[in-house]
Amino acid sequence: MTDFTLSRWKVETRTKASATFAIVAALVILLAFAAPLFVSRSVLQDLFFILTMLVLAQNWNLLAGYAGLVSVGQQAFVGFGAYAMFAFVILAGLDPLAAILLAGIASALLAIPTAFFLFRLQGAYFAIGSWVIAEVVRLVLAQWKMLGGGTGTSLPREAIRDTPELKLVGDLFGVKSSGAGDILTYWLALLLAIATIGLVYRLLRSKQGLGLAAVRDSQEAARSVGVDARRMKTLVYLAAAFGTGLAGALIYVQKARISPDAAFSVVDWTAYVIFIVVIGGIGTIEGPIVGVIVFYILQNLLADYGSWYLLILGLIGIVIMLFAPRGLWGLFAERTGIQLFPVRRRLTGGPLSASKKGEPHG
Amino acid sequence: MTSALDTIIQGIQLGGLYALFAAGLSLVFGIMRLVNLAHGDLIVLAAFLILALVTALGLNPFVAALVAMPLMFAVGWALQFYLLNRTLGTDILPPLLVTFGLSIVIQNGLLEGFSADSRRISVGGLESASLALGPVNVGVMPLLTLASAIAVIVGLNQLFYRTSLGRAFRATSDDPLTAGLMGIQPKRIFAAATGIAMVVVTIAALYLGTRANFDPTIGPARLIYAFEAVIIGGLGSLWGTLFGGIVIGIAQTFGAAINPEWQILAGHLAFLVVLLVRPRGLFPRAVD
Repeated sequence: MTDFTLSRWKVETRTKASATFAIVAALVILLAFAAPLFVSRSVLQDLFFILTMLVLAQNWNLLAGYAGLVSVGQQAFVGFGAYAMFAFVILAGLDPLAAILLAGIASALLAIPTAFFLFRLQGAYFAIGSWVIAEVVRLVLAQWKMLGGGTGTSLPREAIRDTPELKLVGDLFGVKSSGAGDILTYWLALLLAIATIGLVYRLLRSKQGLGLAAVRDSQEAARSVGVDARRMKTLVYLAAAFGTGLAGALIYVQKARISPDAAFSVVDWTAYVIFIVVIGGIGTIEGPIVGVIVFYILQNLLADYGSWYLLILGLIGIVIMLFAPRGLWGLFAERTGIQLFPVRRRLTGGPLSASKKGEPHG
Repeated sequence: MTSALDTIIQGIQLGGLYALFAAGLSLVFGIMRLVNLAHGDLIVLAAFLILALVTALGLNPFVAALVAMPLMFAVGWALQFYLLNRTLGTDILPPLLVTFGLSIVIQNGLLEGFSADSRRISVGGLESASLALGPVNVGVMPLLTLASAIAVIVGLNQLFYRTSLGRAFRATSDDPLTAGLMGIQPKRIFAAATGIAMVVVTIAALYLGTRANFDPTIGPARLIYAFEAVIIGGLGSLWGTLFGGIVIGIAQTFGAAINPEWQILAGHLAFLVVLLVRPRGLFPRAVD
C-alpha cells in the first residue's frame, strides 16, 4: 500500500490550461481597459460592437446551450431594454447611466409575464412562441407616440452630452464629449462583457449549474434526484432577459436613435447572435468568444456583398450544425483537451492519475 | 350590423389563407415532430416560383401553380432527404438551428435573385370579381382561398386515413423503429411528407401572391400566423388548424376595423388569450 489517505483527494474544476489562461485573461482585461489611451475612436466603436454582441451571445448561449431554451425572440429584450432606457432618459429625465441599469431591471420584469406564457410551450414551439412575444412587444411599443411611434425618435443631445461622468472622462483624456461618450460606452460594454462571462461561469460551477447541466442532459433523471427543472429554467430565462436588456440599452445609448423595426430586428439581435454561438460552439463559454471574433472578421470581409453576406453566414451555420455541432471551439477542445473555462468536476490528488481527458462539460 | 358581418366574413376568408399556411407545418410536425422555421420563407419561395412561371412563360397563375407543385414537391423531398433528416433526433437544437439558417438563406437568396421590390401575381378580372351572398358581397378570390383550404384539409385527411401512404405516415409517426421493421423506410416517408407539405405550400403561395403584395422578407410573419393557427387549433388536428386560422383571421380583421395599426397585434393577442385559457389548444389531439 502507498501512503494513501482520504485527505489527498480533492474535487477540482481547475486545469493547468485554465490557470495559465486566468493570468493571460487578467492581462488582456487590463490592456482592454487601457485601450482608449492608444487606439482610435473607430477602433473603440468596433470593439464596442464586438463586446455588446458577445454579451448578447453569452446570454443566448446560456438560454439555448445550457437551459435548452431555444429562443428566437431575444430581440424582445434588446428592444424593450432600449425603449425603457429612452423612456427613462426622455420622459423621466434620468442620467443615461442610471437609465441603462433601470432598463435591465425593466427587461427582467417584462420576462416574468412572458415566461408565464412561453413556458406553456415546449421545445420548438417555445422558439416560435418567443418570436410572437417579441412581435407583440414591438407592435405595442410602436404605438407609444411619445417615443416616436412607428418611426422612432432620437436621444436629446443635451441628455447624452452634458452628463457629469462624460465631463470627467472628457477632462481625463482631453477629448470632446462625443469622444468621451465613445470611451465611456466602450468601458461599460467591457464591464458588462466581463461581468456576464464571470457570472455565467460562476453559475455553471455552482450547485445550480450542475443542476442545469443535469436538466439539459435528461430532464426526467434530473427531476428524479430533486432538481427543480422548471425553476432553474425560469431563473435562467429571467437572468438572460436582464443581461440582454442591459446590452440593448447600452447599444442604444451609443446609437442614440431608435425605431421599433431596428430595435426589434430579428436579424441584428437574434440571427447574428445565433450564428455567433453556433459557429463558435454552443454550450461552452469559449464558443461565443471565438464566434464573435469569426463573425467580426466575416463581416469585414463580406460587408460589401449585401445579402450574400447573410446567405453565406446562414450556410456556414447550417454546415457547422450538421458536421461540427460543437462549433469551432468544440473541434479545438476535442483535439487538444484544453478548456479555458472548465466546469467539469474532477477528482484529483489520489493515487490514480486524473489526466484522462473527457468530453467538455461532461 | 352588415359591417360587422362583413368583417367576420372577411376574417373567415383570411383564416382560410392562414389555414393553408399552417396545414403544411402541421403535417410535417405531426409526422416527424419537426418544426420548420423556414416554412414561411418556403411559402414566399413558392410565390416567387409561380411569379417567375407567369412572367417567363406567360402562364395563367392557376396553371403556373399546377406546374410549380411538382417542382416544389421535389424541393421538399430533397430538402428533407438530404438535409433535414440528418437533424432529426432527441436533441431539438439541430433541426431548429438548421431550419433557422435555411430561413435566412432563402430570404437572402430571394433578395439577391428578385430584389426587395414588392410583387404581385395578377389574376386579371378575378381579383375584383365578387358574388352577392345575401346581404354581403364576397370576393371570388377569398372564397376560392377558403374553399381550397377546406379541400386541402379534406384531401390530407383522406390521404392520412384512406391510403397506404397515409398508413405509413401514421405508423412512422407513432414509432419509426417498428415501422422500419415492417418494411417502411422512415427517411423516405419523411421526405414524401415534406414533399406533400410543399405542394400545400404552393397552393398557399398562389393565394398569398394574388391576394396582396409580397417581397422576400415577409416569410417569418407567415410562419408566425401558421404557428398560431396550429397552436390555437391544437396539435395534430387539421380541422382545428382551420379553426385556429379563422380565429386569427377574424381577430385581425376586427383589429384592423378599429385601427389599421392594430391588425397584426389583435391576431397575436387572440393567440395569447387562447394560450392563457387553453394551453393545449381548442381541439388537442397529439400528446406532445
